[in-house]
Amino acid sequence: MAETRNPNPMSRTDVVDAYFLEHRAKLLDIAAFLDRVDRADHGTDGPEDFRITAMRNALQVLDDDQGERARRVLELMSDETTDLVDTAPGKGACGTPPPSTDNGA
Amino acid sequence: MTYIDPHIHMVSRTTDDYRRMALAGCTAITEPAFWAGFDRSSPQGFFDYYRQLTETEPARAALYGIKHHCWLCVNPKEAEDPGFAREVMSLLPKFLEEPNVLGIGEIGLNKNSKNEMAILEEHLAFAEDRNQLVLVHTPHLEDKRKGTLLIMDAIANTKLQPDRVLIDHVEEHTVADVLDRGFWAGMTLYPETKCTPQRAADIIEIFGTERLWMNSAGDWGDSDPLAVPKAIVELRRRGHSPETIRKATLENPKTFLGQSPRFDAGDA
Ligand SMILES: [Zn+2]
Repeated sequence: MAETRNPNPMSRTDVVDAYFLEHRAKLLDIAAFLDRVDRADHGTDGPEDFRITAMRNALQVLDDDQGERARRVLELMSDETTDLVDTAPGKGACGTPPPSTDNGA
Repeated sequence: MTYIDPHIHMVSRTTDDYRRMALAGCTAITEPAFWAGFDRSSPQGFFDYYRQLTETEPARAALYGIKHHCWLCVNPKEAEDPGFAREVMSLLPKFLEEPNVLGIGEIGLNKNSKNEMAILEEHLAFAEDRNQLVLVHTPHLEDKRKGTLLIMDAIANTKLQPDRVLIDHVEEHTVADVLDRGFWAGMTLYPETKCTPQRAADIIEIFGTERLWMNSAGDWGDSDPLAVPKAIVELRRRGHSPETIRKATLENPKTFLGQSPRFDAGDA
């Protein structure tokens, strides 16, 4: 864990008091989103969408008590390759490496 | 409290945004050249954009007492055609003469492609030759960490001093590397795809305020020109000192940008 340079002056209880309801709502958003995906018409019986798989993996990070969760979730959703690609495949990004990116993991 | 927003795309914003920013305490801004949401069809399109950045926006900002500065380049999203990018780059020397231009930016990578890197390296060489400050755009989402590392390696191959380069759009997985290598780091406060005011405050708690600033990068997409004052409120709500807040939102931008004699912080 990185050394904390400018400690948050709030107590742990203050932090929970200030932010719990907001993040309880965000948790419910994720729960409802996953339910929505389940309810949607499958279309094909292919494998689970890679973005949902990435989200499930990220949810495990939230609960493993190893700290630095934000950094680790971002790393989990990062392209781990190191070579330049031959041509830019469009301009956008989708939030987590698509299956075509060999992430070594 | 007065503040500087060192990265915002006012060509995409309304005059009412200038008014609201001024009311919130903004005294100076810097506007990097970026992708307009569509590919320009000719170098002439960039010529007109550079005129907008060097003539129109400073005049619009002045109506609200805000000092406007800009950075010029071909952004990485329009660098996939190197021939076209080089034609546009040939316009840069003329526009660098304009009094509100602080340097080269926002250059960088978008999809981490070979052509993007070739044009990035040419911009870096251009900045090196003319002793320009550099503002770097790092890629989005899954491409960010890889791109940030590739960009820092490319800069390390030049004679550019890290303390004259700001690497923007850092998040929790890139900020440590950027600061450890001696660069300045910018946190972009976007509602969805980059950093929220709360996470920016968290990063300041963990990493301190040395060589770190924040910006709204307000543009034509989902963004908020008042994101910096909202982060100020977040830091204040947590009980951080006025000195800490002032350093991140005013003194640091003044220190980095003040390396250009053209920078004017306004009433700050
Ligand atoms: Zn930008």
